[in-house]
Parts: sequence; C-alpha cells; structure tokens
Amino acid sequence: MLRFEQVKKIFKKGTIDEKVAVDGISLHVKHGDFLTVIGSNGAGKTTLLNLVAGIYVPDEGNIFIDGGCVNSLPEHRRAGYLGRIFQDPLMGTAASMTIEENLAMADLRGRKRGLGRGINPARRKHYRESLAMLDLGLEQRLKDSVSLLSGGQRQSLTLLMATLSMPKVLLLDEHTAALDPKTAQKVMELTARIINENALTTIMVTHNMQQAIRYGNRMVMLHEGRVKFDVRGLEKQALTVEEVVRRFGSELKDEALLC
Amino acid sequence: MLLTTFLRTIPVSLEQGLAYALVALGIVISFRILSFPDLTVDGSFPLGAAVAARLITEGVPPIWSVAAAVAAGFIAGCGTGYLNTKLKINSLLSGILMMTILYSVNLRIMGRSNIQLLTVETLMTPLENMQVSRFIPMITFFFLVAVAVKILTDLFLHTQIGFAMRATGDNEQMIRSLGVNTDNITVFGLGLSNAYVALSGALVAQAQGFADVGMGIGMIVAGLASIIIGESIMGVRKGSSSMIKLTAAAIVGSILYKFIIALGLRLGLAPTDLKMATGVMVILALGIPALRKEKEGKLHLRGV
Repeated sequence: MLRFEQVKKIFKKGTIDEKVAVDGISLHVKHGDFLTVIGSNGAGKTTLLNLVAGIYVPDEGNIFIDGGCVNSLPEHRRAGYLGRIFQDPLMGTAASMTIEENLAMADLRGRKRGLGRGINPARRKHYRESLAMLDLGLEQRLKDSVSLLSGGQRQSLTLLMATLSMPKVLLLDEHTAALDPKTAQKVMELTARIINENALTTIMVTHNMQQAIRYGNRMVMLHEGRVKFDVRGLEKQALTVEEVVRRFGSELKDEALLC
Repeated sequence: MLLTTFLRTIPVSLEQGLAYALVALGIVISFRILSFPDLTVDGSFPLGAAVAARLITEGVPPIWSVAAAVAAGFIAGCGTGYLNTKLKINSLLSGILMMTILYSVNLRIMGRSNIQLLTVETLMTPLENMQVSRFIPMITFFFLVAVAVKILTDLFLHTQIGFAMRATGDNEQMIRSLGVNTDNITVFGLGLSNAYVALSGALVAQAQGFADVGMGIGMIVAGLASIIIGESIMGVRKGSSSMIKLTAAAIVGSILYKFIIALGLRLGLAPTDLKMATGVMVILALGIPALRKEKEGKLHLRGV
C-alpha cells in the first residue's frame, strides 16, 4: 500500500547547518495497517509524514502509494490518496466558513472542482449523520462558523473531514497533543473507531508512548532519521512502556515520551 | 443651511459611490476573500479607462470596448498573481510592480496622458440625452451594474471553486491538502478582482467624459476606506458573517465614503487634501483597535 525505499531527506544540504532528517528509511505499510510512530524530537517523524504528503520531495529513494511512485506528484495532486490531521486544531479547517461548507470541501477531496453548487443538498443528511456520530451536538449546527468551535470540536471535525471520502492512507501528526487530556482521549477513541470500522491504512505520529503502544497493530521507533525498533502483531500487543524504556531509555531523552 | 448642504451631496455621492462600488467589490475579493494585499488596483483602474477610451475613440462600439477593458483588467490581475505564486515575489511587491508597469502601459494604450470622451458616443450618451435630471438615469444605471456584479459574486462564492477560493484566503495549507492548486486559485481570484476594478474604470471614464493616466492614484486606499466603513456600519464580523453581507457592505461603504468626501468638500476641505484625509481615515480605522489592544481588528494578510 505505502512503501518507502531507501528514502533520504536532508535539510540545508551543503551548508554547515546540514541536517539529515530522514536517513535511508525503508518501510512497507500494508493495506489496513495502523502504524504508530514514536521517537524523540528531531527523530524525523514529522518529516516522514511530510514526505508522504508531498510537502517535501525526497533527496534520495522512492515513495510508492498503491504501487505507483509519487515522488514527482505535488501536494495537491496527492490529495485524493491522503487524509491528514495536524497537531494544531486550527490547521485542519477553514475557520471563517461554516461546518457544512468545510465538510462539502472535504467531500470533494482530490476531485475536480467546478462552478456547481458548493454544497450538494443531497449530502446534508449524510453530514448530519456523520456529525451525530461525534456526539458533540454539531449535527444541529451545520450553518455555524467553525471559528465558534472549541479546539476539541475542531479536531473532531477535521477527523471527520479527513475520513469523509475514505483516503487510501490516513496521516495523523500528533493530532491529540494540543488538546486537554480528557478531550484528547475522546478524540483518540473516536479516531481508533473510525479507523477500525473502515480498515483505513493509517500512520500515526505521536509523542505519547502509551498511545503508541495501545493503538495500532504495528509500532515503529525512529531515532536520528532511522528505524530503531519495528514491532508488530502479538509482540506489539505484549509490549509495555516499561519494556521500551528498559531497552531504549538511553535514547529517549524526551520526557514527554515517557509519560 | 447645513441641511441643504447635506441634501445636495446625496445625489452626487450616490452616483459616485455606486460607480466606484465595483472597486470596493474587487478589493473585497483580493483583501477579504483571498487575504491578498493587492495593490494592482491603482494601475488596473486607469487601465480599464484607457482601454475603453482608446477603443471608443477608434470607433469600436462602447459595449465591446468595455468588454475589452474588463479582459485587460483580468490579465493585469493574473499577472500580479503569477509574480507572487510562480516567481515567489512578495505579495505587496508583486502588486507594486504590476501597478508601476501599468502606468507605462496605460500611456502606451492612450498615446497621451488623457483622452476626452465628451464628443463621442459612449455607453452613457443615451442616458445623458434623457429628458430628466442627469442623476436619475446615471444612478439607476450604476445601481443596476453594482447589484448585478454583487449578485454574481455572491453566487460565485457559493460554488465549489468559490469555496476553494475562500478557503485559500482562510487556510491555504488545509485546502491544498484537499487537492486544490491554491496558486491557480490565487491567480484567478486576482484576475477577477482586477476585472471588476477595470470595469469600474471603464464606466467612470465614460460618465465623467475623459480617461486620465492619473485617475487611479490612491484608489486602493479609497477602496479600503470604503469596505472598512461599510463593514463597521453593517456590523460585519471577521470570520462569521455571510458573503452576501460582506459584498453588500462594500457597496454601502462605497456610497458612504463618497458621501463623507462630498460633505467634506462642501464644508471647505481642499480637493488636494482628499487623499490625505482618506489615508488618515484608514489609519484610524485600522489603528484604533490596535491601540485598544484588540486582536481581532487586525487585518489577516498573506505574504506580508
């Protein structure tokens, strides 16, 4: 489904500030896999997602989605394959537009837009039902501006938008990190439910080791741009935070990772 | 005495305000919808006037001359967008470059610094020949044009591309990740904005009977003043007001702005001080929220 072949990304190449963010990663994410990615700051987690999304082009190596090499596809041309949620709840929605307008835009992900009506009235019922699933009362507020919503509500809406048109790959970039613990938990449970119900291929980057161990069927730990640890299946299920700390504690300087 | 002064300024400010309302609508698209501080306006307004005036004096039917002016404005706006999105030139500088280039282009088009249109048949000639006060047909004409453009704009902003354009100004990253080429949207939006402005220039030139290369100076500031006045009078709140209200505010604001200017002139303001007065007006409108330490009054613009 999603394959990295010896992918390398270097920032500020040829200067004294040169930084190898991703150092020859090869990784094969299978259809329906839910992969969690951990690592301390600067390990290359977010760069990895940006490479998939097309924000960066790899300096070396290739990235394949569904068997096709996407190296030369610009960001907006990959949209049909990808759904993405960022850490900042403000980044996934257009605040000055209404809830239903945002959903309607997400509905057209990766498709050609024309002079047809922005909102297809026949889809409203579907929007309402999807919003009702969030259990936040948003289904009554289709015409409310998104700027009136709280961070958690906005992130839940972003989640809905990212999965509305069933992307081939869902990218989650520490998407609960900016929320308060209670809301974060709720958004995470919702995320897991949507992923499981639809068997979405997912990459979730997180700083929270509990989260990385608890969710998903495979976990990858990055360190200085390389895959340090790759665990899946039953071995992953049996994994505990204590064990990871015992084995890799010296490399996990990041306090946040351990809580 | 004061009341008659007041009343006398109404027809002239209505006519002027409606004629310049298209400039305000154009600025709504660039500044408000796309969050793009486009300064091309000072050049595309006289561009529309120049193209229309030259073609009319060459014997082209007025309606086709106006159409050509609109097309020229569209191309100028697209040029600014291209400088910014493809050549990665700062948004303000892109507009200034295009505005400066247009000054020479406008002189080339006209062949001299102004063209008079009083002795030729223009779009306004049938209106001026009516057996009523000049104001009635003029105001009606400009009212119909402004409202027609407003309604078309409202409809456009609720299409799929219109949504994409609004989202481009609001959250470019988000709409790009949904598969929209925001560069193309920006180029097209600036084209549309300057097409409105050029249309206004072409019509104003015919109404006042001449096109002049200097008629666009200060247009961007006047247009900004208009939309700020309109938005505060109509209570447009950033982020949560409808598009229909936003475009209506531009037209209302344009009329009120011309009314304030006309009143100022009647009360003894020198015509040469007008641009300074307008500038001060915009500074006050933008600056007072900052002095009061309000955050939301701040203009959100890309590339500044």
